[in-house]
Amino acid sequence: MIKKAVYALLLVAVLGGTPAFAQTTPPKTPTAGQDDFVPVSAPINANDTIPAPRLVAIAYGFIWVVLFGYLWSVRSRLGRVEREMETVSRRVSAGRK
Amino acid sequence: MLNRLFVPLAVVAAAMFAYAPFMILNAPYEATMGLVQKIFYFHASAGMGLFLAAFVSGIGSAVFLFTRKPAADRVAVAGAELTVMLGLIVLVTGPLWARKAWGVWWQWDARLTSTLVMWMIFNAYLLLRRYGGPGSDRLAAAVSLFGMANVPFVYWSVNVWRTLHPTTSVIPSLKPGMRGPFWFCVVAFLLVSTLILMVRTELEKRRQELDELYLAVED
Repeated sequence: MIKKAVYALLLVAVLGGTPAFAQTTPPKTPTAGQDDFVPVSAPINANDTIPAPRLVAIAYGFIWVVLFGYLWSVRSRLGRVEREMETVSRRVSAGRK
Repeated sequence: MLNRLFVPLAVVAAAMFAYAPFMILNAPYEATMGLVQKIFYFHASAGMGLFLAAFVSGIGSAVFLFTRKPAADRVAVAGAELTVMLGLIVLVTGPLWARKAWGVWWQWDARLTSTLVMWMIFNAYLLLRRYGGPGSDRLAAAVSLFGMANVPFVYWSVNVWRTLHPTTSVIPSLKPGMRGPFWFCVVAFLLVSTLILMVRTELEKRRQELDELYLAVED
């Protein structure tokens, strides 16, 4: 038990400590929009080749489709397993009679 | 207790997801990126859910490896599947934002690459569970631990290496007009992630019960 706890502590120390050591590299030069976001009241570069509204709509549409698709998939799998359980339970109870 | 809380929490989560686009729409534009920066609200929130799911899977796997408790394994499977789903959202919405902000769909920088590696590790976990055969649960649990070990690297990668991706200082420095919608989206994503974890764990429990039933039939 103690051996397992020691292994667990070592694992946590390795996982948590390594990135802290890695942080000793020299700091990089910050660029616009990378270290903080500056709010403005209207969008810029409205005449860009790829319209931003399309990208934003695709991104949000994709998120909704994946989230609801996944929820539907979990729900249908749960329903299938429950139906199968009912069938097998009936077979078990019929076998006992 | 959890079952009683599930429906009210699901209603709250659905309402939050329905209201979130209005909050995002009313949030100010970012000075250098403009409209496309609004992808950030769901992209970063999904990223936080991704980290949570990876930790749930990793901790569940660690508990399973040390105690062999099936309940911990069920939580680990649920967490891994949620990690893959949220990782897909992060890895697709990120390039959509990047194409406009950086001019490229993908850059092999530390944040993007480490996120992709983490996502592939959890895909490997699910493939092992599906096709690994007997004993693959323990092997998969070890894979999940490696996946969880990636989380700190993914998080700090933007601060340690020179990358195009925004650093972690963006979130604490958000201005009031952006801060509210962002944390609203984070709560919505964490809530929906928790609910999905609950339902997916329940599915895994039922599957194990079904396996036991089949064994009873064979006996």
